[in-house]
Amino acid sequence: MRRRLVFYLAGLLLVAGLTHCGGARRATPITIKGSDTMVILGQRWAEAYMAAHPGTVIQVTGGGSGTGVAALINGTTDIAQSSRSMKDEEKAQIQAKSGQPPVEILVARDGLAVYVHESSPVREFSLGQLRDLYTGKITNWKQVGGPDASITLYGRENNSGTYVYFKEHVLDEADFAAAVQTLPGTAAVVNAVAQDPRGIGYGGAAYAKGVKEVAIKADDAGPAVLPTLENVNSGAYPISRGLFYYVRKAPEGPIEDFIDWVLSPEGQKLVTEVGYFPAR
Amino acid sequence: MTILHAVAPPPPLDHSGRAATTRRRALRLRESVTAFLLRVCAFSAVAGLLLIMVFVFREALPVLVDPVTRHEVGVSRIFATPLWQPVGNLPKYGLVPLVVGTLKVVLVAMVVAVPLGILSAVFASEFAPTRIREALKPVIEILAGIPSVVLGFFALIVMASWLQAVTGSPSRLNAVNAGIALALGIVPTIFSVSEDALRAVPRSFREASLALGASPWQTAWNVTLPAAGAGVAAGILLGLARAVGETMIVLMASGNAAITSGDVFDSVRTLSATIAAEMAEVVVGSPHYAALFFLGAILFVTTFFINVFAGVFVERLRRRLAGA
Repeated sequence: MRRRLVFYLAGLLLVAGLTHCGGARRATPITIKGSDTMVILGQRWAEAYMAAHPGTVIQVTGGGSGTGVAALINGTTDIAQSSRSMKDEEKAQIQAKSGQPPVEILVARDGLAVYVHESSPVREFSLGQLRDLYTGKITNWKQVGGPDASITLYGRENNSGTYVYFKEHVLDEADFAAAVQTLPGTAAVVNAVAQDPRGIGYGGAAYAKGVKEVAIKADDAGPAVLPTLENVNSGAYPISRGLFYYVRKAPEGPIEDFIDWVLSPEGQKLVTEVGYFPAR
Repeated sequence: MTILHAVAPPPPLDHSGRAATTRRRALRLRESVTAFLLRVCAFSAVAGLLLIMVFVFREALPVLVDPVTRHEVGVSRIFATPLWQPVGNLPKYGLVPLVVGTLKVVLVAMVVAVPLGILSAVFASEFAPTRIREALKPVIEILAGIPSVVLGFFALIVMASWLQAVTGSPSRLNAVNAGIALALGIVPTIFSVSEDALRAVPRSFREASLALGASPWQTAWNVTLPAAGAGVAAGILLGLARAVGETMIVLMASGNAAITSGDVFDSVRTLSATIAAEMAEVVVGSPHYAALFFLGAILFVTTFFINVFAGVFVERLRRRLAGA
């Protein structure tokens, strides 16, 4: 009995010791902070990179693009992930601190698709129509070229970056209609729309299975554009944005290696897996 | 191995001298250690409850006292806006649609579950032959064992489509869909407690009624059920408490749109589902965080009082049947 206890204790000490040695041998971690939209993408990159490069430690945390940029300015993170371009005054703050402007690297693109039921005759919306739909001004499909039937709105929970992005870029910060049914995850939204002939939903383009993607017009006169890879990459699709990495100065050493890998075909393959569009 | 060692039979007893005294002392010591451990176990639940209570109320307190939080979520604002949209440039924390939504779902669930639970309890205790009753009870109790996430998933994928086909409601996910799924979750509670209460009614009650010429149904409805009334009420209240707090089913089956309306075929967002959906990503200490804990405190107080009332009813039943 006692011998077994000693055995366990020794094992525990051994593990603790090994962990400690391992920690001491490791280089200082690369820290990445910022956009909640990019947290999963960043973590997938970090996991894959750490698996391929033992000895490198990358810590990814969220908090929002603003948080990441602030941390970059304060010098508490190596890389800021941001789903918006840095503002001029933020760039100026970095310039004032380090003597040079920050470096912006486009690492992926994000496009939001709008889905309807496969049987729906509706093919396109203008951004204005989309705004009126989701703020509750349009409530019947016949107002946007569909049959005479009420519209059921589906969306994401308010903790999702997609929700915020839609609210900022499509609704111009207006409130969503109270009637928007919020579902956990884009997959749930797609599933609901696939079963509901009156339904409309939004989410990452990569998720659109069993539903129809609607072409979007930037304004009433413009061309209607589908969220294909080319259209998102060229910027022709109106509801798309760049996902950026920001560093204080031209990256070097392990950080440069990591960013190079992120932009390599291997890294960009993960972008598609997570549901965004590759930057190159 | 350790266990075997602990319960190994003691050596043959020697009833005299110092050895016996030592043995008695060891026995007493073991006794008191055991009693102490049991006491710790019993009070750990109480301590847990107290800690949870303190934590929930402390985190909710900023809604009432902290000036920064009150600016966004103060009590006057909570009732002033009809919108629950806590994320955005101008966050809106309207409590009314969430309370209305919770009430609607609970109402539907109770309307379905109360008759179903009580009548099946009456059948099981008063009419069913022993064989059927022995089969019925475990089956209904298995229903209680189905994880709520499974019930919710069933309601989300299957039942919502059936209901929409039958009712023609424009919204696939709505209070009726969530309420019926919730009813499946609380029927076992109402059934079990009611059935126990009915079976506790002394035989003499029924015999007296039948002897006076009442039919079995008249006896069950007019004599046995009223006699067990307090216990049945306790069952209903326990079911109600679970319906108010149940999260996963409503989160999946209700559509979660924060609408203030009286229509049970509108999508609803409940207090519990709001906490579950938003708590994971909220910034700790922010007004949104405090607001979610405020919702939690409301739920806590509500279910606490329902449970207290249920306890009162159970006590009343016990006294009544003992006095009879």
